[in-house]
Amino acid sequence: METANSPSFPMLATWQARTANIPQPVRRLLGFAGAFALALILFSVVLLALGKDPIAAYEQIYLGALADDYGRSEVIVKMIPFILCALAVAIPAQVGLVNVGGEGQIYIGALFASVVALAFGDLPAPILIPLLVVAGMIGGGLWAGIVGILKAYISLNETICSLLLSYIANLIVEYVIHGPLKDPGGSNWAYSARFSDNAILPMFGDTRISLGIIFALVAVGVYFWVLNYTRWGYKMRVIGGNAEAARRSGIQIKQYIIMTMIIGGAMAGLAGMVEVTAIQERLRGGISNGYGYIGFLVAWIALQRPVGILLIAAILGIISVGGDWLQIGVNLPASTVNILMAFILFFILRNQGMQKKEA
Amino acid sequence: MNPTNILPSGHKRIDHAELMGIVKRFPGVLANDHINFDVKAGEIHALLGENGAGKSTLMKILYGLYKPDEGEIRLNGQPVVFHSPADALTQGIGMIHQHFMLVPTLTVAENVALGMKSGLVMDLKQVKKRLVELSAVYGLKINPDAYVWQLSVGEQQRVEIVKALYRGGALIILDEPTAVLTPQEVKELFVTLRQMREQGHALIFITHKLYEVQTLSDRITVMRDGRSVDTIANNGVEQRTLARMMVGRDVQFQVDRPVVPIGEVKLSVRGLSATNDQDLPALKHISLDVRAGEIMGVAGVSGNGQRELAECIAGLRKATGGEVFLNGKSILGLPVLDRLNAGLSFVPEERNRHGIIGSFSVAENAILQNHGEPAFKRGMLFNFGAIARHTDDLIQRFNVKTPTRETPIKNLSGGNIQKLILARELSRHPAVLIAAQPTRGVDIGATEYIRNILIQQRSEQVAMLLISEDLDEILALSDRVAVLYEGEIVGIVNREDADVEMLGLMMAGVRHSS
Repeated sequence: METANSPSFPMLATWQARTANIPQPVRRLLGFAGAFALALILFSVVLLALGKDPIAAYEQIYLGALADDYGRSEVIVKMIPFILCALAVAIPAQVGLVNVGGEGQIYIGALFASVVALAFGDLPAPILIPLLVVAGMIGGGLWAGIVGILKAYISLNETICSLLLSYIANLIVEYVIHGPLKDPGGSNWAYSARFSDNAILPMFGDTRISLGIIFALVAVGVYFWVLNYTRWGYKMRVIGGNAEAARRSGIQIKQYIIMTMIIGGAMAGLAGMVEVTAIQERLRGGISNGYGYIGFLVAWIALQRPVGILLIAAILGIISVGGDWLQIGVNLPASTVNILMAFILFFILRNQGMQKKEA
Repeated sequence: MNPTNILPSGHKRIDHAELMGIVKRFPGVLANDHINFDVKAGEIHALLGENGAGKSTLMKILYGLYKPDEGEIRLNGQPVVFHSPADALTQGIGMIHQHFMLVPTLTVAENVALGMKSGLVMDLKQVKKRLVELSAVYGLKINPDAYVWQLSVGEQQRVEIVKALYRGGALIILDEPTAVLTPQEVKELFVTLRQMREQGHALIFITHKLYEVQTLSDRITVMRDGRSVDTIANNGVEQRTLARMMVGRDVQFQVDRPVVPIGEVKLSVRGLSATNDQDLPALKHISLDVRAGEIMGVAGVSGNGQRELAECIAGLRKATGGEVFLNGKSILGLPVLDRLNAGLSFVPEERNRHGIIGSFSVAENAILQNHGEPAFKRGMLFNFGAIARHTDDLIQRFNVKTPTRETPIKNLSGGNIQKLILARELSRHPAVLIAAQPTRGVDIGATEYIRNILIQQRSEQVAMLLISEDLDEILALSDRVAVLYEGEIVGIVNREDADVEMLGLMMAGVRHSS
C-alpha cells in the first residue's frame, strides 16, 4: 500500500502528475502503445547483437504479414487457434484459475476429432462437421475437466496439473500415430490416414482461412455475452473477484471451477479440431506449434477481455506470420520472433502493474 | 522531558513539526483543504475525524507517501520535502499502521533489522542488545527472540513501536492503534505512549474514538470533510462537544428501544461444538435461543469462539457436534445457499474481505445472494432494470452515500459499505440476522444509523444475534447478553441485570451465578 505511490524516481513522479489529467482509456491505450514500442526497441537491440539490421527485419515482418492478401489471410489463419486458446485461458481465469494446459487440450481435442473423422468419413459434411466440432470440444473439455475436478475436490494446483497433463496428451497422440491410427498406406511416416473430403472444413475462397474463424468469432461473442449479461457470468466474476464472499453468498464454487475448466478446455479442443481438419487434414505429431502457450500470452496481455483478445490475437498473428519470413529475408530462425512476443508480454505486464498501482 | 535534544533512543528530537496550508486533491475529491497542523516534542496530539475526513491523507503527506499539491512541511522551523517514506524516516518521522507490517515467520529482532542499512552480514546480536535497552527505557516488554507469529496482537503492536523507535522515530504517527486491541491492551498501550511523551517524543494519534482522545491527548485537532474544524487544548473537553465538531451536528448516543412483544424461538443452538482454523476446540457445547423480536448480544474478548459460532450457523464452518435449528428446522446439514433461503442473513465481521467484491458496482454487490430471484431474471439474462430499481431503493432507504449505483463499491466509505451490506441482507426479509461487529471501524454518524436500523428490525420481529466486542454497543442494543469465554457460554444475563463491570468479569471467565 504505502509504496504504491512512493515516487522514488522523481522523474516518474512528475510524469505521473503530468499524465494524471488524461482520461483513463486514452492513458491505457498510450501505455499499451508505449509498452509495445519498448518491446520493439529491445528486440532491435537483440537483432543488432546478432549482426542483423532491425529495420530490414521489421520490414520483412511487414512484407510477409501485411503487404499482400496472402500474408493478411495467413494472419487470420493464425488467429483462429490464438483466439480459441486465449479463451481456454480466459474463461477459467474468470474464476481465478490459471490454465496453462492449452497444449494438451489441443492435442486431445485433435485426437477425438480425428477418431471421428476416420471412423465416420462417409457421412456427408453437414452432419460430419458438427460431429467433429462436438468431438473436439469433448476431447479438450475432458482433458481440462480432469484438472478442474482435481482442483475442486483435492485442491491440486491447477497450473502444474494442467501443464503436466499436456506432456501426457502429447505422448498419447504420439503413441496413437505410431500405433492404432498409423496410416497403413503412409510407408513409415508417423501420421494417420488422410481424412475424407467430407471431414475437411470449408475454406473462404482460395485462402487457407477455414470455417474455424467463424467458430472463433462466435466463441468470443458468446464469451462476451455470457460474462456480462448472464447470471453464470456474474457468478464467475463474483468468484474471481472474491472467492470468500462468493462462498458466503452460497455460490457453488466447485461447480464453477469444474465447468469453467471444461468449457475452456473445449475451446482449446476446438482449436485442435480446426488444426487437423483444416490445416493438416490428418492427425500428426507437433500440430500445436505452441498455440496453447501463445493463447496464454494473448489472454493475459488482453486482461481476459473479449475485444482485447481479438486485437492481441491479430498482433501476435502478424508477428507470427511475419516471423516465418525472417528466415528467408534476414536469415534468422523463425522462432526468433518468440523473443519479440516475450518482450511484448513483459512490457505489457509491467505496464498493467503500474496502472494497477495508480488505480 | 530531558534537557538535551537527544532522545533515549539515541536519535535527535523533533521539537516542532508543522504542516502549513496543506492542500491535496484526488480526482473529484478535495481530501485536504488548506490544513494547518503541528505537533511538538513531549506532546500527544490527537487527530480526530470520521472515516474519509482526510486524516489519513494528511498523515500520509507527513510520512512522505503523498506529495501535497500546495503547502509545506517544516521540521524545527526548516522547510523539508519528502519524496518517499525513506526520506521521512531519515528525518525522524515514523508511522505505525493499523495493519502491522511484520513478517510472521521471522523473530522480533529479525523484523526490526529488516530493511535497515547494514553490511553483508546482519549483526543480530547488536540489534538484540539495542532492543533490550530500548524496551528497558520505554517500558515495552518484548522478547527479541520470539517469533512474530507467536505474539498476540498487542505484543505485535509493541514490536511495531519498538521498530519505529529503533529506526529513529522522534515523531511517531499512530494510525488507529487501538482498533485491534482488547481493553487491557489499550491500557498498556496508553502507558507506553505516555512514557514516550515523557521522553520527548512527538506523537500523533489518529482515532475516531472520543473516549481515547479525552484520556490521552494534550491537544485535539478535529477534521471534517477535508477541513480542519478546530484545534483545541484538552482541558476537560466533553465527548458531546467533540462529537458535534466531528459530525457537524448533535449526535444521539443512546438508542431508543421500544417495547416489543417477544415471539417464538427462531434460532436455536443446541450443544454446538466446533474447532477453529488450527483444529483446536473453539466451541464447547454452546446452547442458546434467540426469539423473534429479540436481540441476543454475544460478548467476549476477540478469539473466544464468536467467529466460529457465527460461521457454524451460517454454514461456513463444519460443526463437530450439536444442532442448530432455524424456525424449528435443523439446518446444520444444509449448504450455505439453503440456509440463506431458509431465512438467515449474515453481516460478516470482515466486511471488505467477506461481504463485498470491491471492484464490482454497488448494484452488482446488492444482489450478491439473491441474483437468482425471479424478479431479477429474464430467462438466462438479468433484468437490469429491476436490479437498478432494487439498488436505488436500497440506496435511498438505507441512506447509502454513493455517487451512482454503478460506482465500484470499494470507493465508498466503510460506513456506507456497511449500510449497503445491511440493506442487502435485510432486503431478503430474514427471520434471523447474525450481525458480527456491525459498527466496527464505522464512523459515528453511520454507527448511529446502523444501530437504529437494528432496533427497527427488532421491532419487526427479526431474531438477532449481535456479536460485538464493544460492550457499550452490546448494552445499548441487546435484550439478553451471552458471554463467551474459551468457547463456552459463561452465562446469559438480561440486559437490565447487566453492567460493563459484570460483563467484563464474565469475559475474563468469572462465572455469573444467577
